[in-house]
Order: sequence, then structure tokens, then C-alpha cells
Amino acid sequence: MEGRPLSGALARNWGQAARLPAAEAAAAPLGVLRSGPRRIAYVVFSASGERMLNYIWFGLMAIALIVAVFNGTAPALTKAAVDSAKVAVEISLGLVGIMTLWLGIMRIAEKAGLIALLGRALRPISRVLFPEIPPEHPAIGAMIMAVAANMLGLNNAATPLGIKAMEELQTLNPLEETASNAMVTFMVINTSGIQFIPATIIGVLAAAGARNPTSIIAPTLVSTTCGAIAAVSAAKLLQRFFPARTAEVDVVPVVSDSEDGE
Amino acid sequence: MIREILNQVSLWAIPLLLVGIPLIGLVRGVKVYDVFIDGAKEGFNVAVRIIPFLVGILVAIGMFRASGAMDLLTDALRPAMAAIRFPPELLPLGILRTLSGSGSLALTTDMVKRYGPDSLIARTAATMYGSSETTFYVLAVYFGAVGIKRTRHAVPAALIGDVVAAIAAVGICAWLF
Repeated sequence: MEGRPLSGALARNWGQAARLPAAEAAAAPLGVLRSGPRRIAYVVFSASGERMLNYIWFGLMAIALIVAVFNGTAPALTKAAVDSAKVAVEISLGLVGIMTLWLGIMRIAEKAGLIALLGRALRPISRVLFPEIPPEHPAIGAMIMAVAANMLGLNNAATPLGIKAMEELQTLNPLEETASNAMVTFMVINTSGIQFIPATIIGVLAAAGARNPTSIIAPTLVSTTCGAIAAVSAAKLLQRFFPARTAEVDVVPVVSDSEDGE
Repeated sequence: MIREILNQVSLWAIPLLLVGIPLIGLVRGVKVYDVFIDGAKEGFNVAVRIIPFLVGILVAIGMFRASGAMDLLTDALRPAMAAIRFPPELLPLGILRTLSGSGSLALTTDMVKRYGPDSLIARTAATMYGSSETTFYVLAVYFGAVGIKRTRHAVPAALIGDVVAAIAAVGICAWLF
């Protein structure tokens, strides 16, 4: 290990990991690594976890190309690529106004002590979901604001508040390009989309002349809660198999093999 | 009653927050305007930082949908879905929901019209739409805003949540309606 030349990024990440032993231990408790099948899962997942989005991203486009060859949909493919790129920029730039507004308001809330107050009030929940985040840290309050806005269906506020929460979580993240456990847990709470009133789709049902368009509120609440519980449980269970370590996939599993004391 | 309260909360929440937070700030001696400007000036940079992440994800998903690969994926998953008695009509929606917000809304609207708004299929589709988020969009925006490229277990955990929510929606609607 010592004899091997380290790349700059790897050396930096290792340096950070050494300075933050608690985060490192939380990411990959050694007990998990010793037994056989789990060990294999760890190595496979940790490699795929590093590159997950690379595979998904390339896979989607490669499959699209292959299918297009058989379907003769090349023009549609080109159009979709160009249009999607345009839409993505429009969405991003469309966020500038509300992003600016909410970041300003949130800074006031922070200075007035409201964010910290919120964090303390919901401490029992946040301690379970985000054990790594110190109770007084503004990340907790920001996450609560974001989730609350989501639940109320305040889409204009939910995205900027969620991004604000991610920025707060990033200040505690030892590896700046790798997601921390708390980030992933917060992310999956958001992707499960808990909402009290699914207003958009109720509008669709009402416009189509449904007798009782709001009848879907209760089943939606139940199924979205099931989804959220499953997603958070999955995040908690999977986090140890996807260690937050370094970028160099090809090197690290080999190194951790020899370091596990076999 | 509860619905009415929630509606009113949704209606008034943003104006009240926009006035209430600075009010509390003033009471606590914060220079609210100065602090607002200080926080707000980051807004543009954050939005711009998201662009490459969102372009990447949306282009890949756009190409995937345009190629007709969705139909192949639906066909491939059909036997597995039949085994757990998941209605085949709802399968495309289940897949599309995680990939595209506008696409899945259009598909749900189409199903509501085709099957009638009071049909079990339409209500289940609406419940499925309402009970999840566009996972890959949220992923690109949130991680993009802070420059995270290695997402670790975020994708599998989020997809597990999406699958459970979809199956729960089907089960609950079948039982309820």
C-alpha cells in the first residue's frame, strides 16, 4: 500500500478520511466486511455504487440507440436529445427567481434563530434519521423546512429549501463529490414525495368529471408513506454496503481486502 | 374538514412565511434586508450549478423514451408483474413516474380519459402519480446543486421506495374502491 503511488485525489480523500474517523466508521463498519456473502456484496456494491450514475446514464442512452436502430427512430432520438437539453436549462434557469428569494428568506430565518429552534423541536425524529448531524446544526432545521414544504405541496418553496438543506449537509460532508449518509437519507425522503394533498392530480380527475376526485387523498397518503418508510429503511440498510470513500474504485477494494485482517 | 384546513394552510403558508420570518427577525434585532441580500445573492449560482447535472439526466431519459425502449422494458417486466398481480395497464406509468414528471402526468391524464375518471384503473393511476416523485429529476437537482457526482446508495434506495409506493397504491386502491 505504502509503496503504491497515490493519485492526488485519492491521497486527499484518504487524508480527509483519516481526519474524520467517525464518518469513516459509520460508512463501513468492519463487522459487516468479515463474513463471506456480505463481503462479496460489499465489494460489488461499493464498486457499483461509485459508478452507479455512470452506468445508468450511459445505459439509458446506449439502449436508446440500439432500440432506435431496430425501430428506425433516429430522428426522434436526435430531437429528444436536443429538446431535453433545452428543457433542462429552462428548468434550471426557471429556478433562479425562487431560489434567490428563498435563500434570502432562509438566511433571515437562520440569523433569527428560527432554524435552530425548529431543529431542537424535532430532535427526537432527526436523531433517528440523521444521527451524524449535530443537533444544533442548521442542516436539521433546513431539512425540516424542506420536508414540510413538500408535505404541504408548496412546490415553489420545496425545491429551494431542499437545495438549501443540501448545502448545509455539504458543509458536514468530508468528501465533497460523494454523497454522505445524511444526504442520501434526506434525498430519498424527498424522492418518495410525501404530500397531504396531491393537488395536481386531483385537478386532473376533477377536470375529467370525476364524481369524487378527492377520494384518492387517503390511498395516496397511505401508499406514499409506505414508499417513504421503505426508501428510508433501504437507505439505512444499504449505506454500509456503499462506503463513502474515494473515487478510485479499482484500487480501494483491493486495499480494504488486505486491511480487514485476514 | 381536515381537507379544508390543509387547503387553507397551502394557500396562506408562503405569504405568511415571507412576512412572518422577517418579522421575527426584526423583533430579534436582525438587519433583515441586509441579511436577505446576503443570503439571496447565491441564488443565481446555485441554479446555474444545476444545469450540467439536469441536462445530462434529462437528455438520457429523453432519448430512452423517444427510442421506444419503454415498450420493450414494459414487455420485459410484464411476466414478473403478472406474477404479483400488478395490473399491466399501470406498468408503463409505474416506470415513467420515476423518470419524467411531465411525461407521467400526461400518461395519467390520458388513462383517466380513456378508462373514465371513476374507474379503478384511473383512480389507481392517480394514486400512483400522487404517491411518488420524479426520482431522477430530484436526484439531479439536489445533488447537482452541491456538486455531488458519486451518489452511492441513493438510486437503489429511492427506487425501492418507488416500487413499494406503486405496489401499495395498487393494493390499497383495489381494496378501497
